[in-house]
Amino acid sequence: MSWFKRVKDGILTKTQDKKSTPDGLWVKCPECQTPHASKDFAMEMWVCKDCGNHTRIGSDEYFEIFFDNGKFQELDANITSGDPLKFVDKKDYPTRIEAAQKKTQLKDAVRTGVGKVNGLKMVISCMDFSFIGGSMGSVVGEKIGRAIDAARKQKIPLMIISKSGGARMMEAAFSLMQMAKTSAKLALLNQDGIPFISYLTDPTTGGVTASFAMLGDFNIAEPNALIGFAGPRIVKETIGKDLPTGFQRSEFLQEHGFVDFIVERKNAKDQIHTVLSLICDKKPRVKAETAKSS
Amino acid sequence: MILLDFEKPIEELLEQLEKAQATHEKGKVDMTDTMEQLQGKIDQTRKNLYKNLTGWQKVQVSRHPDRPYTLDYIKGMTTNFIELHGDRNMGDDKAIVGGFASIDNQPVMILGHQKGRNTKERQYRNFGMANPEGYRKALRFMKLAEKFNRPVITLIDTPGASPGLEAEERGQGEAIAKNLMEMAVLKVPIICVVIGEGASGGALGIGVGDKIAMLENSWYSVISPENCSTILWHSWEFKEKAAEALKLTGNDMLKNGLIDKIIKEPLGGAHSDREAMFKTVKSELKRTLKELKELSTEELINQRIEKFSNMGVVQED
Ligand SMILES: [Zn+2]
Repeated sequence: MSWFKRVKDGILTKTQDKKSTPDGLWVKCPECQTPHASKDFAMEMWVCKDCGNHTRIGSDEYFEIFFDNGKFQELDANITSGDPLKFVDKKDYPTRIEAAQKKTQLKDAVRTGVGKVNGLKMVISCMDFSFIGGSMGSVVGEKIGRAIDAARKQKIPLMIISKSGGARMMEAAFSLMQMAKTSAKLALLNQDGIPFISYLTDPTTGGVTASFAMLGDFNIAEPNALIGFAGPRIVKETIGKDLPTGFQRSEFLQEHGFVDFIVERKNAKDQIHTVLSLICDKKPRVKAETAKSS
Repeated sequence: MILLDFEKPIEELLEQLEKAQATHEKGKVDMTDTMEQLQGKIDQTRKNLYKNLTGWQKVQVSRHPDRPYTLDYIKGMTTNFIELHGDRNMGDDKAIVGGFASIDNQPVMILGHQKGRNTKERQYRNFGMANPEGYRKALRFMKLAEKFNRPVITLIDTPGASPGLEAEERGQGEAIAKNLMEMAVLKVPIICVVIGEGASGGALGIGVGDKIAMLENSWYSVISPENCSTILWHSWEFKEKAAEALKLTGNDMLKNGLIDKIIKEPLGGAHSDREAMFKTVKSELKRTLKELKELSTEELINQRIEKFSNMGVVQED
């Protein structure tokens, strides 16, 4: 498939820059410590061949994985954070934002693209954990909100790839209200009968879990991703005991009924396309493009 | 009366007043003048203290052990309250209470977080921290209200959603998220009042409405000042600073367009004069109910979604 080659050719340099591997050639699996040639690792979609660990990747990588030929049109690329509360802890908020932007080359913790997934046009918003822990402030809320608007306007499916530590504390109540904002907009998407896939990756916690991430028509998770409302450390402190193995992992969530199925990254694109092709008609209530296999 | 640390200046005056009262009651000396004087002084001192409470001091008032809780408000403001129980699925969460009741002659659905007054009660109510079935219970009540076309009133008072193991097993995140989505499009008016603590998603889980009010000495934010302090300053010691930084008071929330109204409390906080507090909240609810009655269902929902959609500050080139 063409997109696979693209992964090999296209984003390797970028990824090497971003992960700043010492010599740009080898990456260690953070789980089992096996070293991988970064070129091979990219071809494996950053999944460890030895232990199956799905390492954390960002919006660049996910857009390459999901969009045909890695091609998409980015929406709302120029929205950046304000500092409504003039928040200062050890540093002031604008300084933190600037540092994060410099480090990640991103504007904030989510990006939205419109493109084709095996020929099916859809909107994908993808969070970046590298930007202040993928925290949700006004920018994330606004961009997710607009992604929902775009899916409604164009009547095409929406997928949100979640990867977040929760709300952004430096925007306090503003970030809290982004939960209400995104959920309210999803209620409208729901009323329009447009499919929404919530793609859960490691980690997804806090305010993101308690809003759009849990509201998918389909909640689909990568293997062994941490997904929960309260962080495991807080739960542990609360119960005063060690947590059971696998607690708050994808498999645990599926077992308890909150995840529809778990998908390996390498199968995600095809599986999601299949799900959508089963629910999107040629002359549907939702006028989605018919799937064409490339 | 339990005094908070910043109320210390009143302590001595109160003691003097008590002594004067005792003397007076023995009937030997007429202390009326002294007592009046002292009471005046107490009121003045209290007025000065409460004029400019800091964020942290308001947090303290919001947690005052005598502060009225949801069931107190329901009892104080409504008649014919029929408490309903359970989410019809898992159980009955004691941290959320609610049911149909009348406010004067207006039938409403009224629900809220419930805290406990003593050790035993606090445990019974899980400190006002709801589990997923609590949020689902609340949603069931709201759906009932929608079915029978009755407005919904929610009273918010929680230190956060329960962060326990079972809460995670039963989908705390999903339960709150579902409420946010369903409340956004509920076909009847929703009025939310933060009566004490409004912490995080646990508060917001019953906090999406057409009009959001905060009592003067309540707080509302994404995290408690203590936890914020722990995360950002790595110590509880900076809770005062965190309370300021979070801009969690009614004044700040109103200024930032995140709530619609501040409801004034009696001097010395809601607990100082409960009846007066209930009366104020009740008249505010009645006024708001009347206002919302004017709107069609469509207008109501559109405005509600619009209101939350406009929350947030971003820059766009
Ligand atoms: Zn490995």
